Amino acid sequence: MKAIGNWSKEILLVLMALVFLSPIYIIFINSFKNRLELYENTLAFPEEFGLQYYSAAMERMDFFNAFLNSMYVTVVSVVFIVILSSMTAWMLARSGNWVSTVIFMTLIATMLIPFQTIMMPLMQLVTGITRTTGIPLYNTLSGLIFMNIGFHAALSVFLYHGFIKSIPISLEEAATIDGATKFGVFWRVVFPILTPITATVMILNVILIWNDFLLPSLTLIDKELRTIPLSVFYFFGEFTIEWNLAMAGLTLTIIPVVIFYVIAQKYIIKGIGEGAVK
Amino acid sequence: MACSAFSEKAPNQQCMKVGMSVANRKKIGWYLIFTVPLLLIFTLIVLVPFVIGIYYAFFQWDGIGANPMVFNGLDNFVRLMEDERFLRSTWLTVLFTVLSVITVNAAGLAFALLVTSKLKLANLARTMLFMPYLIGGLILGYIWQFVFLDVFTLIGEVTGFESIFFNWLNNEDFALFALVFVFTWQMAGYVMIVYIAGIQGIPGEVIEAARIDGASGWQRFLRITVPLLMPAFTISLFLTLSYGFKIYDVNLSLTGGGPANATELFAMNIYNEIFGYGNYGYGQAKAIVFFVIIAAITLTQVYITKKKEVEM
Repeated sequence: MKAIGNWSKEILLVLMALVFLSPIYIIFINSFKNRLELYENTLAFPEEFGLQYYSAAMERMDFFNAFLNSMYVTVVSVVFIVILSSMTAWMLARSGNWVSTVIFMTLIATMLIPFQTIMMPLMQLVTGITRTTGIPLYNTLSGLIFMNIGFHAALSVFLYHGFIKSIPISLEEAATIDGATKFGVFWRVVFPILTPITATVMILNVILIWNDFLLPSLTLIDKELRTIPLSVFYFFGEFTIEWNLAMAGLTLTIIPVVIFYVIAQKYIIKGIGEGAVK
Repeated sequence: MACSAFSEKAPNQQCMKVGMSVANRKKIGWYLIFTVPLLLIFTLIVLVPFVIGIYYAFFQWDGIGANPMVFNGLDNFVRLMEDERFLRSTWLTVLFTVLSVITVNAAGLAFALLVTSKLKLANLARTMLFMPYLIGGLILGYIWQFVFLDVFTLIGEVTGFESIFFNWLNNEDFALFALVFVFTWQMAGYVMIVYIAGIQGIPGEVIEAARIDGASGWQRFLRITVPLLMPAFTISLFLTLSYGFKIYDVNLSLTGGGPANATELFAMNIYNEIFGYGNYGYGQAKAIVFFVIIAAITLTQVYITKKKEVEM
């Protein structure tokens, strides 16, 4: 009797999760329907699984280009964030002086600033710099990467800082006595120990940067620079919505996320938990 | 100054006598190499714009470089007290945030309790429930636009509950609820992760002891689980409050602020004021107020909940 009760609970649980995810399923099945089929019955199964709407949506969204832009911005930003914020956090955590404390507190305090509060002055600054010095910060992917590093510095340093405080200093001291430079000590001894928190920092930043819309929408003007959220936005904005095409487009944008989730699921859930709790 | 600051535990007197030793100078050199690149970028991208932003808030300006910026003291701040659209947007944001904090946390906690039960498929369910959070807010909004537009109306026609299942997005009163609904869908899985960590931190013996003492399931939940989950509540409330107050992407793609500005929330109001209406100075004043409110809410909330946490 008890076993049967448990099984029904198991089934109920998964059913609930399936209902929860049903909007994604609905988007998926409707991406194969023609317009008539779609308006007849939204919940019905498609008559055939043709990919013609996908190729049309891909073309309209310039999907591959947007995907490559998103990939490039996310990967390069995250690599720089990991390198720079781990180095900074280590110095701040290990040199117990008031300068470090002030810097660290400033970083934490800025985490309260919403993006909307600095978006306009930032854009003034960035366009001003580009205009007067010619440094291509505005309307370039490198400029966006540069800004991403600045925006995600605080959270990343904060996470690294907390982790570094919890590991013993003795290993580092031993390496220093052996005559290694600070640079050597950090990259050969400390950074490998930081791997778990590096995973967390990477996961959190990948999610934030991949899905970011507002900052790219302000800094990227040229069509060929669009990231995935931007191309989806313009896809929905430029035409009166052809829902079957839009559905294929949305499915396309979800696929990379699902693949990422399936591959790195364990780390994502762990990373999100740690990122939130600290 | 730098000498005493960087010499850690070295006595100050010695530091002064010798001046800056070679070792100390080296130390400062490494310190700068490690920290300056990031801090420079951070200063340029976050700190400088923040300061310039406060300055802009006291001017009247349309954002066009050739046009003059006119200093008008506190006029911008006085004006927003009387700005009907802004006050309405503030009220809607508060309403949205309060409703969302409740629904997100209720759903998140319920999910967490379900998936920490000893069911075999709990892990699978957890994976699925977390999924929406990973898909960005912009895309979620478009997905749900379709669900409200077509699926809700279809369900209404089939079941006859047309007073519940209709296109909420076209209704001035319901559009905000649609936003709460979608935001909950997005965030519940995220908050669930926080609660799971909290639940797993409760020692099984405590619950067991209460069971032996004859506490019912509901009593055990209210008297033991809830108090011991206080740290998780702190974090989750903090997260949902600030995310809710700052919502923009879902707002933009789901309702676009409509119908008839009925869902133009705070962040969108600022964006529209600055980049839509071209009121750079006035919009920036709103943006500064936005920051002050967010800072005040989150700090108060963390302070209050921290006090209530139970020591284990």
